[in-house]
Parts: sequence; structure tokens; C-alpha cells
Amino acid sequence: MGLLSRKATCNTHGQDSSYFLGWQEYKKNPYNEVNNPNGIIQMGLAENQLCLDLLEPWLMKNPDALGLKRDGISIFKELALFQDYNGFPAFKRALVDFMGEIRGNKVSFDPNHVVLTAGATSANETLMFCLADQGDAFLLPTPYYPGFDRDLRWRTGVEIVPIHCTSSNGFKVTLPAIEQAHRQAQKRKLRVKGVLITNPSNPLGTTMARDELDLLINFIEDKQIHLISDEIYAGTVFTSPSFVSVMEVLKDRNLDQTQVWERVHIVYSLSKDLGLPGFRVGAIYSNDPVVVSAAIKMSSFGLVSSQTQYLLSAMLFDKKFTKEYMSENHKRLQKQQKDLVSGLEKAGIRCLDSNAGLFCWVDMRHLLKSNTFEAEMELWQKIVYHVKINISPGSSCHCIEPGWFRVCFANMLESTLKLAIQRLKSFVSSIAMKSQSHQELKSLRRKARNNWVSRLSLQSFYDREQDTTTEVSFSYRPHFMSLSNIAATLDAAA
Amino acid sequence: MAIEIEKPSSVRLSKVAISKTHGEDSPYFAGWKAYDENPYDEIHNQSGVIQMGLAENQVSFDLLEKYLEEHHEVSSWGKGAPGFRENALFQDYHGLKSFRQAMANFMEQIRGGKAKFDPDRIVLTAGATAANELLTFILADPGDALLVPTPYYPGFDRDLRWRTGVKIVPIHCNSSNNFQITPEALEAAYQSAESMDLKVRGVLITNPSNPLGSTIQSSVLNDILDFAVHKNIHLVSDEIYSGSTFSPSEFVSIAEILRNRNYKDAERVHIVYSLSKDLGLPGFRVGTIYSYNDDVVTTARRMSSFTLISSQTQHLLACMLSNHEFTQNYIKTNRERLNKRYDMIIQGLKKAGIECLKGNAGLFCWMNLSPLLNEPTRQGELELWNIILNQVKLNISPGSSCHCSEPGWFRVCFANMSEQTLRVALQRIHKFMEQRKVCSVNQ
Repeated sequence: MGLLSRKATCNTHGQDSSYFLGWQEYKKNPYNEVNNPNGIIQMGLAENQLCLDLLEPWLMKNPDALGLKRDGISIFKELALFQDYNGFPAFKRALVDFMGEIRGNKVSFDPNHVVLTAGATSANETLMFCLADQGDAFLLPTPYYPGFDRDLRWRTGVEIVPIHCTSSNGFKVTLPAIEQAHRQAQKRKLRVKGVLITNPSNPLGTTMARDELDLLINFIEDKQIHLISDEIYAGTVFTSPSFVSVMEVLKDRNLDQTQVWERVHIVYSLSKDLGLPGFRVGAIYSNDPVVVSAAIKMSSFGLVSSQTQYLLSAMLFDKKFTKEYMSENHKRLQKQQKDLVSGLEKAGIRCLDSNAGLFCWVDMRHLLKSNTFEAEMELWQKIVYHVKINISPGSSCHCIEPGWFRVCFANMLESTLKLAIQRLKSFVSSIAMKSQSHQELKSLRRKARNNWVSRLSLQSFYDREQDTTTEVSFSYRPHFMSLSNIAATLDAAA
Repeated sequence: MAIEIEKPSSVRLSKVAISKTHGEDSPYFAGWKAYDENPYDEIHNQSGVIQMGLAENQVSFDLLEKYLEEHHEVSSWGKGAPGFRENALFQDYHGLKSFRQAMANFMEQIRGGKAKFDPDRIVLTAGATAANELLTFILADPGDALLVPTPYYPGFDRDLRWRTGVKIVPIHCNSSNNFQITPEALEAAYQSAESMDLKVRGVLITNPSNPLGSTIQSSVLNDILDFAVHKNIHLVSDEIYSGSTFSPSEFVSIAEILRNRNYKDAERVHIVYSLSKDLGLPGFRVGTIYSYNDDVVTTARRMSSFTLISSQTQHLLACMLSNHEFTQNYIKTNRERLNKRYDMIIQGLKKAGIECLKGNAGLFCWMNLSPLLNEPTRQGELELWNIILNQVKLNISPGSSCHCSEPGWFRVCFANMSEQTLRVALQRIHKFMEQRKVCSVNQ
């Protein structure tokens, strides 16, 4: 039997990562309020389920959009035959208007620069194919969406080099971090073709500040490379600071119509803002006509269903509806986020201050046994298998600091969120109790050990000085062994 | 292959982006442009270019429209849209189970029950375009080769090669035996690849064939499978036109061949299908890969993340294709109508003194205009093609764009227009042939 390709047999699809494993566990035992109240609550899926009830009445009021009719007359044939990769013109017009609205109309988009793709997953991969060759690299700030490992690298052969961000400054991108990443890439003999940012950030849930965007623009200008801004969460900004797109910054700096303008590309999708991931609607927006041209041809491999383009062109054209929808969307996201943040606070867990997204970036460093990724994994496994909540460990997002977790809040009812918070509270209390009794036991053991040590050291008093417990136990192995066995038994009982 | 670098920004794009492997500069697409600029319309533009270069099936729309009229709920998730929420959130790359089940049933019906399909082996992709590229990514590494019989669908140059970096080595077929694939041709192609230092990973056939419009015989399918086994390579069978065979008994799927062999050697066989031709729904982007190889199914499923089918569309089609009465009637009626169109065009061409390859499937016929060539070369063929496009005002596809090794053959589509338009096209051809006779008599 002929072998499969290297792409088929490698692990770059990333499905062995904890991000996906947690998902699998959830699928085996999914929480259900009625049928499975002890199941795993899914908080590892960044979906927006809070406003689908607003879409349903719109659909009922607009039967033509669903029934593939225009003014009551069937256009089924026209749509069924429409496979033009330039996209349904009405849909592109409606989409760019919507994108402009989300950015407070501070930027406007030209429908001729839009390339439609089957989801942002496809858009990101397509941009990689257009901008980089196999073996080239893109710099990405960490922590980042785990799916990028597959989307940007798997079939394209492009490498990701991380720009490490830390909690010391709220995970903001800094110039030293970018430069360090660039040097790292050069050390690995990788040609850097650009930087890819997600703004608002997944998993942080924060919007990028103007100075960060300035920094990035200056950097790509200097290095003459590309900047991709994945703005898939642009419509989920529920509180200040308001969203500033990289396009806005370019405009404000009068950089439109310059060379750097043509090296900045935006990725968008309706999967998060409108909560329609099943419909597979993504877009690339580029100011470079050569990129648009190449990407459009590539979109043949992942076009958006004309049936769906038609439905959504009608929906997005209803500006009154979309305005109301977005406003309500923000309100509900804000409330749900507040509930999660305050609930976690009561459990002694803090979150990074966030103003966007469908998740919080949660600080559980104080719950780790040690400041290591092994300890993070151990904690994660406890949370998935014992507390029965699927959350995403920071290591799956390539975070450089152990102990951070992404916790989603927009894919569940308020009642489920409350239950999840309760479970976490109980878990944290039990750790506290364990740790308390562990401390007590530890001090008991220390006392016991000290007795042994004193006796032993008395024996060797003439040979050596009394020292720390470890050194003594090392010298007196047989005793240490029995000590450690006792200690291990005590530990297990704790 | 490299283009002139006019703008500095082109330098910073990938090799893939600036290459010409997308193939859009070939005559196949140039003819489209001419049509776009001056499209024929029965009422408004009777002297326009008639599009006969687009393999679309427009003969059975009324059946689909009738079904939708009678079953509103399939487009709207029922009254009050109870299923909408779940459907809108559904992005599982396994695809809707009900849809996969419906597809498996539909594929079985097309094959008259002579093959069985397991819904769990069906991987969904946004069109056969995506399916073919995806399979190529899985079965071959950059620089490897796939063997493809000529003439073949021009889109393969892009779909199989562009982003994958895989090469196509042609299996040359010719008119001496009605363009059938022979063991000698297979072996010659393999040797040719070896001499170029290319590792052959598989054979890709289209059955029924595009552009020939004919089914591959059972004995030939067996030969091809034996060849694949002998060389230890894959076999991909693109059966996108399987439902467009005029007579159901004449189509033999590779699935049947495998069944007859008790599925021995099945793990190297993969089938591509789509609803774009049989149901005439290219806009909905519905393609599938059916593989007998578990690893391929798993990997293809994961890769399909880049090219999922809209859940809204999966829902609509799951309902439609689960309606057994509808599908039986559709398949039967569609075949009859295509057959009628085929007869009409063949008769019309015959009256004009033009022979075609004997066909029994598809949305086109393979027309022989070699007697009309000034010179029996590709150049001669393109000259003739230009005349037909610009003077006769018909866009047809020259054999060279399908990599045919014999000049003078053309693919002519007949199912993407009304009967009236087809009559007009045949009249124009008749007139053209008359004029040429007059010219040659006068010379």
C-alpha cells in the first residue's frame, strides 16, 4: 500500500494538543441541565450563543431570504448556478458596510478588495499561501489561538515564531519582544514574511492599544514585511476602550496609499459576531490588488455557499436589525463576562482585565503545585476530569507563563455559567483545605524528620556537622528511604 | 513561469501567488471572457456569443424548484425555526450525519444499488475542486506526480498542482481506440515520470470522462486497478458525472469493481463526488471524498476544516436527498433529458457533417474538427478555435486546453442552455460548415 504524504502523517494538524483533547472528553460526557447534570461543562469553545434568539424572529419575518426568493419570485436557479469566485455582489456590499459599522465607520471598505472564503480558518491559510513560501515564517504574539498551529502551518509549510508576551505588562506586545522574535527566526534561518495579530485578542479578550498598533506598523515598515490583523472578534467589544482597527491607525497616520498600506491585510468572519460558525463565512480584505487577485483564485477551494451568501446579504442589508443586534449582543456579552469575573473573584481567582471576546484569560498560577507546565497540565486534568469543566490551558496557546487558562463564557446559559462557577469555587476551597491540612502534615513530618535527623546526627556527630534535612537524608540513605516511604504514604492520604 | 515584477509588492508574495499554475490564462478561460463581454440572449442579444464551454446542468431545475415549493420547511428549519440555532452552530467537520446518510443513499441509487456506501467514510468538502486538491495533499508530497489520462478537465492543472506542488504526468490516449486507457499507455506514463525522476503516487481518472462524455469500461477499470496494485500507488476516481449517464446500466463505478473483488486492495482507492453536475447546484459547493482507507478518511476530515460545507446547505440537501421518491424520479428524469439533448446535438452536428466520439454520459460531447484544420497542429487548432469563437460566436473548449495529444478535437457543452438556444447554436454551426464547403469548392 502506497504511503500517505508527509502532511498526512505529521502532527501539524495539532489534534493531539490538550485544546482538542479537552474537547474530546467533553463530547464523551457533555453536560446537559436535564439529562446529564454531572457532565462536563464546555468552556473551551469560543462560540457566541447569546443572541441566536434575536436572529430567529428576523428569519421568520424574512421568508424570501430563506426561501431563495426575491420579491416573492424564486431565484433558486440563479443562486444554484452562482459559483463565481468574485462572490455575490450584494453580499460583499452588505458585508463591507457591516465591517465599517463595527469600526464606528472610522474606516470604510471597498467590496472589490474583499475575498470571500469558507470561514476565517480558510482565510488565514489562504493568506499564508499568498504571502509566504514553504519554510518562511510569520511572527505571532503569544498567547495565541491554538488553531493557528494547524491553519497557518499544516499544508503551507510556513513556520510560526512566537513574540513572547507576559503578565508583567498585561501581555501587551513590546518592541524588545518583537525584535527578540525576529532574531530568533534569523537564528533558525527562517525568512520572516510578516506578523500576524489577532485583535481583539484570542485568548486574552483585550483590544490592542494604539501604541501597540503603531509599534507593529513601524516594525513592518522597517522590515518591509506584511501584517495580518485577524479581526474576527471585532464585533464582540462590549466595553471601553473601543475597538481600533489597524486600518484606522494607518489612515490616521496618513499611510493610506503608501507601500505599507498594501502590506496590511485583514481577516474577518461572521462566526463570532453573528454566532454563525456553521455557515462558513469568512473574508480576506487586502489593499494589494495582486494579493486580492491571487486569493480570489485560491478561494475556489473554499467558496461560500451561494444559498448562505444570499441569506446573509439580506440580513446584513437590514441595517436597523444589525444595529439593534450588535447593541444587544454587546450588552449580553458584558453581563455574562461580568458574572464570570465576579464569580471567579469570589473563588479567589483573578482574570486579566478584558473588554472583548467570548472568553476570559484566567490567572490560576496560585493553584499550581509548582511554577511549571507539568503542574499546569496536572491542574488542567483535575479541572477537566474531576471538576468537570473543559477549559483551555495556556500552554496550548503557547503562553510562556504557566498557570493561565482561557475560559469561555458566551456559549452557555446563565444557569450553566453559575453552576460552573460553583464547581470551581468548591474545587478551590478543597485545594485550600488540602493545602491547609497538607501544611499541617508537612510541619508534623518536619518535626518527625527533625527527630530522626537529630538522632542520626548524634550518631555521626563526631564525623560531620548537622545540616539541612536533605543533605542528612542523602548521606543516610536507608533511613531516607523509609522516611520517604512514610512521607509518600502521608502525602497520599492528604 | 515568473511574471514581470511591475510592483515591488509582488516580490514579497509567495511563489505560489505569482505563479501561473492557476491556469487562468489558458484558452479555456479566455473563451469565457469573450462570452462575458458579449453574452448571447434569446431576446436581447441574439448575435452574442453562445456559451458552450461551461459544463453545467440546467435541464432539470424545474424538478428541484417543484420540490422546494412543496417542502418549504427544508429551507427554513421548520415553523418558528426550531432547528436554526443548532444548525447555525454546527461546524463539526464530520458533517451532518443525516446529510452524509442522504449522500450515501443517493450515490447508491445512482449506481443502481450495485455498490454500497458507508456514511462514515464520507468526508464533505466545499465542491469537488476542494476534494481533488485535498486528496492530492494527502496522497502526494510536493514534487511527486499523479498520472492523469488525457484529455482531461483543464481545471485539474490548478486543482491538483497549484498549491500542492504536485506534478501531473499525462497518460496519453488517442482516437485510434476511442481514447480508452490502455495498459501500455499507463506503463509509458509511469516510465516517463521515472525518467524525470518523479515519484508517482497515484492515478486519477474521471469516470464518466470529462471531456470525452463517455464511461470507462469495466475491463479498463480492472486494468487500471491492477496497475495501481502492481505499482503500489493510489487510485482516485472522480465520479462527478456518475448521475449524468444516459443509461444507468452503462456506468460502472470503481466501487463495483472493488465489490466484485471482495474489497481486496480497496485501501488505495478513493472516490470523489459532487452535486454540482448531477443536481446542477455548483453554487452550493457540495463535494465529497469517499475513501476505503481509514487514515485517509481521518486526515481528510481534519483537512476539510479549510473547506466545510455551509450547515444551512447541508440541512437543505439532507432533507431533499432523503426523499426517496424525489431522488428516484429526479435521477431517472434527468438521465432522459440529458439523453434527449445529446441526441439532438449529435444529429444536428451530423447534419452539418461533423462527427463526434460516441458518448453515453456527461453534459458535453467530444467533437472532431480535425478535417477542418489548416495544419494538424496545436496552432492550427487554436486558429480554428478563434474563428469559431469570434466569427461563429460559439465558445467551445479546444482539445489542447484539455491536453489532448491529437489536435482538432473540441468539447461542446449542451446542457447549460435552453433547447431553443441549442438549436440556434446548431444552425450557426451548420451555416459555418456550409460556408467552408463553398470556400473549399471555390479554391
